[in-house]
Parts: sequence; structure tokens; C-alpha cells
Amino acid sequence: MTRTTASRSFTSLLRDAASKLSHPLLPDDYLHLLNPLWSARELRGRVVEVRKETETAATLVIKPGWGWNGSYQAGQYIGIGHQVDGRWHWRSYSLTSTPVQDDGLIAITVKAMPEGFLSGHLVNGLAAGTIVRLAAPQGNFVLPDPPPARTLFLTAGSGITPIMSMLRTLDSRGDLPDVVLVHSAPTESDVLFRHELHELAERHPGLHLHEQLTDAMGMLDLANLEAVCPDWTERQTWACGPPAMLDAAEVLWTSRGLADALHLERFSVDLEGAGGEGGTVTFSRSGKTAVVDGATTLLLAGEAAGVVMPFGCRMGICQSCVLPLKAGSVRDLRSGTEHVAGERVQTCISAAAGDCVFDV
Amino acid sequence: MAISDIKAYAHLTPADVEALGKELDALRREIEESRGEKDAAYIRRVIKLQRGLEYAGRATLFASLFPPAWIAGTAMLSLSKIIENMEIGHNVIHGQWDWMNDPEIHSSTWEWDNAATSESWKHSHNVVHHTWTNIVGKDRDVGYGLLRVTRDYKWKPKNLAQPAVYTLLALLFEYGIAFHDVDVSAVKKGRKTKERAKEQLRDMRRKIGKQMTKDYLLWPALTGPAFLGTLSANFTANVVRNVWSNAVIFCGHFPDGAEKFTLAEYETETPAEWYLRQMLGSANFNGGKLLTFMSGNLNHQIEHHIFPDLPSNRYAEIAVRVREICDRYEIPYTTGHFLVQYGQTIRTMLKLSLPDSMLKATSDDAPETASEKKWELRAEREKVAA
Ligand SMILES: Cc1cc2nc3c(=O)[nH]c(=O)nc-3n(C[C@H](O)[C@H](O)[C@H](O)COP(=O)(O)OP(=O)(O)OC[C@H]3O[C@@H](n4cnc5c(N)ncnc54)[C@H](O)[C@@H]3O)c2cc1C
Ligand code: FES
Repeated sequence: MTRTTASRSFTSLLRDAASKLSHPLLPDDYLHLLNPLWSARELRGRVVEVRKETETAATLVIKPGWGWNGSYQAGQYIGIGHQVDGRWHWRSYSLTSTPVQDDGLIAITVKAMPEGFLSGHLVNGLAAGTIVRLAAPQGNFVLPDPPPARTLFLTAGSGITPIMSMLRTLDSRGDLPDVVLVHSAPTESDVLFRHELHELAERHPGLHLHEQLTDAMGMLDLANLEAVCPDWTERQTWACGPPAMLDAAEVLWTSRGLADALHLERFSVDLEGAGGEGGTVTFSRSGKTAVVDGATTLLLAGEAAGVVMPFGCRMGICQSCVLPLKAGSVRDLRSGTEHVAGERVQTCISAAAGDCVFDV
Repeated sequence: MAISDIKAYAHLTPADVEALGKELDALRREIEESRGEKDAAYIRRVIKLQRGLEYAGRATLFASLFPPAWIAGTAMLSLSKIIENMEIGHNVIHGQWDWMNDPEIHSSTWEWDNAATSESWKHSHNVVHHTWTNIVGKDRDVGYGLLRVTRDYKWKPKNLAQPAVYTLLALLFEYGIAFHDVDVSAVKKGRKTKERAKEQLRDMRRKIGKQMTKDYLLWPALTGPAFLGTLSANFTANVVRNVWSNAVIFCGHFPDGAEKFTLAEYETETPAEWYLRQMLGSANFNGGKLLTFMSGNLNHQIEHHIFPDLPSNRYAEIAVRVREICDRYEIPYTTGHFLVQYGQTIRTMLKLSLPDSMLKATSDDAPETASEKKWELRAEREKVAA
């Protein structure tokens, strides 16, 4: 047995023993009251720095607490939970830090969306020291190791974030082969990480930068991609940006029979009709679906589709029917409140508000 | 014979009852919309206080050979167990804090410091008791299958032992409610499979085993030479919590004026009539801030039964509004001093250990139960007297 596994199994023995004393809670439930980061039950992080990047975007540097195992791949995203007015709200953000730099810190870069609920809070309302909740890194929008000989990064707006982590990682490893970055933003001052990108391009002759400043130059026309990247058909491409751009890229690459060479990351869930009435309810674990109107409860929808749904009173008072909403949105029929992914909802009094996915 | 026609009993027209329901719906929405940071901070503060108190108590018990330390440690641990079960556990499991979307303070994940598993409690309490509140033969909390607390139940010779049975139930309350949900009678009646009951018994044994290991083996052992002192302190704290939570719960539905209902009433019930049943079937007791807190806000039993999933810290303000509504609709609002309410409960329980032949009132007009016939009977009696 190696030393580290020996010490790890000692720690887990200790945890086991301690949890017999704290039953039915975990030691973490007491410890996090002393230091919010001392809990592996719920991943938490402390915001150590909020760095303004542009007028509307900021980077949050976060120190994760216990339970964070430190490993992630450039391009992956994490979940961030932030409490606003007593409620925890969850959103996903790509990591912009690099896993190579091992200082125990991670970073995300958030762009405040006009009319958006949480992003504005994260960019403008967060002080250093704030405790946030974290969900473990995930996603397969990642580079293979070693990276492909020729790469195209096609990004727009905040879509640069996962790519930034990739570039920083390649840079840290000192292995930045032939890379073309085509990035769109309205003006120079809107380009995230602009200074660093130019500095990288200076240091790495293999990195070619094309900035499409759309206020002056108009939108990038993908039909004319050759103009900015003549050999794009011979490159592995990672694209991240607004849905319209990604949809267009998908059409183009597929029409050239190159679908395999295109890797996409979508920031907005492509579920239909969010906030509307009714939709398709997917029960992911049982693999069943139901198309429902905005008045049918999710409990009835699930049962009609043959899913074994938990329930008790069927009238909204006992909480036996609560299930986690994985994606989409639902409406509480009693109060009219909308619930979004990451929340737990009472299926007996909620109906689909657009397409949604439940984990049963 | 308990209430079968709730509108007749309350002298309300169907339109009145519907209007009452609308008012209560609006009140619910108003509270829901105003939940916020202050409420979230409240429950976090209570959790911190309780866990601090628990560990201060357990730490003090390292010196439990020294009597003042035994007393202080036992007191802190008793308080912490009461708070954990009542203001935190019971209310979190009701989903009162689910709106925070905090996975650590959520009805779907909470496990409490009690012999009953949260899962079984959710069924026996949230579903059975809160849905079928005070319906004789349906709500198993009406006497817990052990006690005759209303003369709607036929007297049986075993009821003579009620005083002793009740004392034992109060002392061992947590085991009583753990076993309550296993409901062996349902197996006999074919409403539950033997396998399911076995499964429930296994879960119950597992939880009780862990609870006992913690309180009666590990913590005492950790305090070394003070083993016996800590053991007796932990035992005392569990019993204190049992007796207190039993008293509070019995004050919710068994004092005079907390009415009972028949299945016929339930079968035709509208949502607004459901509210009305909760109001007529529950009883409050008056209390200052401390008593309110230590009873987990269950001195606002009426408000809790109308809105079981609204945050407990708001019941006091909801109570003002509910009382005003009751006054306007001339619906009785049962409340009184804690000792009076508990006294009535004990009196009923003692009295009903006797056969009906020794009782004066009938189940149409008795202190603990009545029916819509009560008004006719009273009018007739007045006529005779005149
Ligand atoms: C895998 C993944 C990675 C991501 N990585 C990043 C990242 O690195 N950086 C980043 O900034 N974002 C990222 N996002 C997006 C992020 O998760 C949020 O969706 C985004 O920050 C918006 O959140 P919000 O709460 O502000 O907006 P929400 O309130 O959720 O609204 C979503 C959108 O709807 C629009 N909207 C809301 N209300 C209205 C209304 N009444 N009328 C019209 N429009 C409305 C908003 O403008 C916004 O665009 C990522 C998303 C995913 C899925
Ligand atoms: S089944 Fe009781 S709350 Fe949904």
C-alpha cells in the first residue's frame, strides 16, 4: 500500500467513526458552521477575487473547499450556486483557469446578460469572501492530449471562456501548435482577455488571431470562413458562442461531411418553449417521455407515461413527490412561480413550462 | 358521531366556505411572495444555535461525574434535541424551507435525530395525518391506535389501562412514532404486504440501532470514566424530548373544541372545506416567544394545519390574520393557556378510559367531539327547559 492510500484510508476510517457520533448528520454538517469550506457533503467555494474584465464581464477566482478533488480538463464547466434573497440559484460556467497551474484556485468568467437574473449578480454584486456552492466539473468540450496538429477555435462573446482555459493550458505546457482563433465581439473593449490573447499570439508564432469586431465589420459570414481561415476544412474545430452561430456552424460542417471535426459547447439550453405552457417531459432514468399541456401535473404526466413516480397526499402538502429538475422549467400551479433546472419541485402541483427533464 | 357536514356545523353556506378558501389562498400567496433573506437567515441561525448547544452539552458531559456538569450538559442536550426535532426537523421535513433550494435544508434530504426515519415520518405524519386530519378511522394520530381520545371510538376493556399506556407512550414517544408507521393492523386488513412491513421494520431497527449506538455507547465511551454519567444524561435528554414533544403534539388536536370528523365529510370535501376542517380540527395554545420556539411554533397548530409548508417563523403573523378571518366568519378558534389545553387532553384521555355507560355526554355534543346535530340537540334541550 502506498503512503497516500494508507493516509487516505485512515482519513476515511476517521470520517466513518466521526459520522457514527454525529448520526444522522455528517461531521461536515457541524464543521461547515465553523468554516464554510469544511464540508465534502456540499461542495462550497470562497470567492477570493472578483476581477473586472470588460464593462460587463468579470472573472471570479474561487478557492474550493473540501470535497473538491482538483482534477478537471480545460474546456469543462462547473455549476455555481449563489444565494439571492434567501434562495439558491444555480447556473453553469466554463472554467477559465488551467488545471496545469496547481495553486488550488479555479476561475470562471461571467458576462452579465441584459435581463438575465444571476449573471448580473455575479458580475456586479459579489464581494471577495462570498461563499458560493459548486457542482463538480463536467462536460466533454475538451481537447485531446496531445492536441491536434491543426486547430480552429471559433468563438463569439462569452463563448471564449472554455477556449481561454484551453489556450492557457497549451501555453503552460509550452505546446501550442498551429491554432487559429476566430473571435467575434462588438468592439475592441468588449473582447474578453484581449490583452492576454495578443500577448499569447506574440509569444507563440503558431497562434493566429482574427478579431471580428462586429460593430465596425459586421457579423462573420460563415459562408466566407475561407477568408479568415483558408484551411478550416483540415482543422479540428471547437466552437462556442450564441445559438445562431453554432447552428450555422453545424449546418456548414455537416454539409461538407465534416461533422466529426466540429465540437460544440452551447451556453443556452436548447429546450423549446421555456416559460411557456406545457411541453415534452422527459424522465431520463426510465427513458420515458410525455407531451403535456400547461395544466397537467407532472405527477399525472409521469404516471400516464408509466413512470413509477413517488407521491403522498397529491395535493401539495406532504413533499413526498419532490423530484430534482434536471433541465427546463416548470410552473407551480398554486403560486404561478417558475422553477428552473437545479431546483427540486413538487410534481403533484407543478406543470411543464416548456420542455423539461426529470431524473427518475 | 363526529362531524359529517362541516358547513352545517359551522353555519356557513357553500359560498361562504368558498370565499373563506379564496382568502386563505391569497394569504398563502402573500406569505410565499414575501419569503426572503430574513427567513433564510432565521433557519440558519436556529440550526447553528442547535448544533452549538448540542456540542456544548456533549462537551460538558465529559465532566458528568461532577453533578453540576451533569445537570448543565443534560439541560443543553435536552434543549438541543427538542429544537432539532421540533423547530428544525418537523418543519424542514414539511418542506417549509424547500423554497430556499438549499440541498442541506430540504425535505427530500433531511434526516432527524429521532428513532423514526424521516421517510416513515413523512408518510405517517405529512401524508396520513395532515391529509386526513381528525377523520375518525383514517387519521391514525387520533389516539395512535393505542388510546381512546374521542368517544367516537367504541370503548374496549383494554381502555381501562389508558393512564399507564399514555404514560409509557409519552416517555417512549420517539419509538411510538417510529413504530406507528409500520402499522401492523394494515397488514392484517390486507392493505399492506407482509414484505413491505418487514422492510419498514428493518429500516426502523437500523435507525434505532444507530441512534442508540450514538447516545448510549459511543458518546459515553468517549467520555471514559464518566461513561455512566453521560449515558444517563443522554437517556434523560431523550426522555425529556419525548415527554415535551408528546405534550405539544397532544395539545394540537385533543383539547376541547378540536373537532373530529367522519369519512363521509372527507369524501365530498372541496379544497376550501379542507381548510375549514383543518381549522376546526386543530387547537392552539398561547405562548410567549420562548414557548413558541420550544414547541417548534406548533402552538400555532391551526395555522400549521392550514399551511403546513409555510415557514414556521411566519406562523405568528399568519395567526393574527387567521384569527381575524375566523372572527369575521364566526368560526371557533380554539386556544388557551398551555396548561389548560394539556389539562383538557389528559382529562379526556382519563375520562374515556371508562365505558360510555359511565359518561354523560354523547359523541354529538361532548367536550372532545361533536357533530352538526349538536345545534338541534341544544335547541331541543332549551325548549324542554323553557
Ligand atoms: C455549459 C455552459 C457553460 C457556460 N459557460 C458560461 C461562461 O463561461 N460565461 C458566461 O457568461 N456564461 C456561461 N454560460 C451561461 C450561464 O450559465 C447563464 O445562462 C448566463 O450567465 C445567463 O444567466 P442569467 O441568470 O443572467 O440569465 P437568466 O435569467 O437565466 O436568463 C437567460 C437568458 O434569457 C434572457 N432573458 C431573461 N429574462 C428575459 C426577459 N424577461 N425578456 C427577454 N429575455 C430574457 C436573458 O437575457 C438571458 O440571455 C454557460 C452555460 C452553459 C450551459
Ligand atoms: S404528493 Fe404530497 S406534496 Fe406532492
